[in-house]
Amino acid sequence: MALYIEKVMDHFRNPRNVGVIEDANGIGEVGNAKCGDIMKMYLKINDDEIIEDVKFETFGCGSAIASSSMATELIKGQPVSEAMKLTNKAVAEALDGLPAYKMHCSVLAEEAIQSALEDYQKRKEASKA
Amino acid sequence: MKIYADNAATTKMSKAAVDAMVACMEETYGNPSSLYTTGQKAKEALEQARAEVAAVINADPQEILFTSGGSEADNQALRSAAELGRRKGKKHLISTAFEHHAILHTLKKLEQEGFEVTLLPVHENGIVLPEEVEAAIREDTCLVTIMFANNEIGTIQPIGEIGEICAKHGVLFHTDAVQAVGHLPIDVKAMHIDMLSSSAHKYHGPKGVGFLYARKGIALTNLIEGGSQERGKRAGTENVPGILGLAAALKEAAAHMEENAARQKPLRDKLIKGLSEIPHSALNGDAKRRLPGNVNFCFEGIEGESLLLLLDDKGISASSGSACTSGDLDPSHVLLAIGRIHDVAHGSLRLTIGEDITEEEIDYMIASVKEVVEYLRSFSPVWRDLQAGKVEYIL
Repeated sequence: MALYIEKVMDHFRNPRNVGVIEDANGIGEVGNAKCGDIMKMYLKINDDEIIEDVKFETFGCGSAIASSSMATELIKGQPVSEAMKLTNKAVAEALDGLPAYKMHCSVLAEEAIQSALEDYQKRKEASKA
Repeated sequence: MKIYADNAATTKMSKAAVDAMVACMEETYGNPSSLYTTGQKAKEALEQARAEVAAVINADPQEILFTSGGSEADNQALRSAAELGRRKGKKHLISTAFEHHAILHTLKKLEQEGFEVTLLPVHENGIVLPEEVEAAIREDTCLVTIMFANNEIGTIQPIGEIGEICAKHGVLFHTDAVQAVGHLPIDVKAMHIDMLSSSAHKYHGPKGVGFLYARKGIALTNLIEGGSQERGKRAGTENVPGILGLAAALKEAAAHMEENAARQKPLRDKLIKGLSEIPHSALNGDAKRRLPGNVNFCFEGIEGESLLLLLDDKGISASSGSACTSGDLDPSHVLLAIGRIHDVAHGSLRLTIGEDITEEEIDYMIASVKEVVEYLRSFSPVWRDLQAGKVEYIL
């Protein structure tokens, strides 16, 4: 039996949406190097509140990279209101499941997205004021 | 290319060991405790194996007790020394911060039972100082237990010097030699070793079998009761096929020890040199005083598990001290003990090469590790911050 099922390995080996968005209007970073996981999410959200583009950078294990990749896939092209509903469970399910002790990786992915969305909201309010 | 570079975890069985086991299972299947010929043949084979094993470490056959492996031997050695100490009111044990968990967890239990434990530092190079061992010895010290060579970073301890100090102070000395037996010359008499643990599968023998050497006169405490096997110190019908496999493997490893080391060392050093070229990397443990097959590095800005998975895709079996590879929150206690901080300890890689490693395989491993580290760094936010000068490099 392999450590991870095929879909997790696919997202780990061929992560989607890897990289940086230079003109991102929402950036979130969660985790810390001490614990061995850091995820950084970059969002480009248009005036209609649609997530036009999303990219990530991750320092972490196989499931952390796969969870980041899947989370970006799930919110790309979605309205902000939908992305805000993203849960770690949805990320893990979309990957066909993670080992129990790796579920925190999907939690980190959810938190990274939420953190980037919060940053977007803050920037929006700041620009209004 | 397929390269098995995790020989510190376990080794492939040698043909000699497999042949010895198959022959035993097919022909010498009797119970050594039975009085008829079939049983006595098994008994003879068992005692011959005991003599062969004893000869390798310059012990007497009756000083060798076969166990289920290194962990059992460690447990029994520590329990026995603690019991002997308890009877004399000596409840202090000395060890190091980077022992195997079979030692550390047993010491933890002994602490809960009222013993006091001193864990000595192993310094940046991963080597214990004999003078610090001597300074830690007290009137009530009942045991010093220090591993022969570390399982993660491969550093070889000054066992002979420590043994001499212990003998001088009349303190029992045990060494967990699981990584050393079959790879390094060991003479229990010359090195003043009172007890020593070994595991067969680290030198091309089978899993689930090992031995404890205990100097004559040391009263061992039983972990398993129920029979008179192993001089009454380890009950249960002997694992005869396993023991014959162990002896065959060890005999072969001992016969080729020098040539194996002479072959491995330059290739190990080539691997170290090649991996050192990766920017912001560092070798863990002393560069010279290490096992002939051990290479252990930390790479800044990446995490070990993803490194292992991608190396596996390239056909390389390796291991890491990252927290994620153990399901634990903390990275390897060995790397922390030599002063590596969490952030870089997560990015560690252990390659333990076999005796049959080739130069071509070393070149392939260097190229593969370089490629994978570079790839993982390309989307690591930690690496980006380091490169941008936002945080300072540790390595």
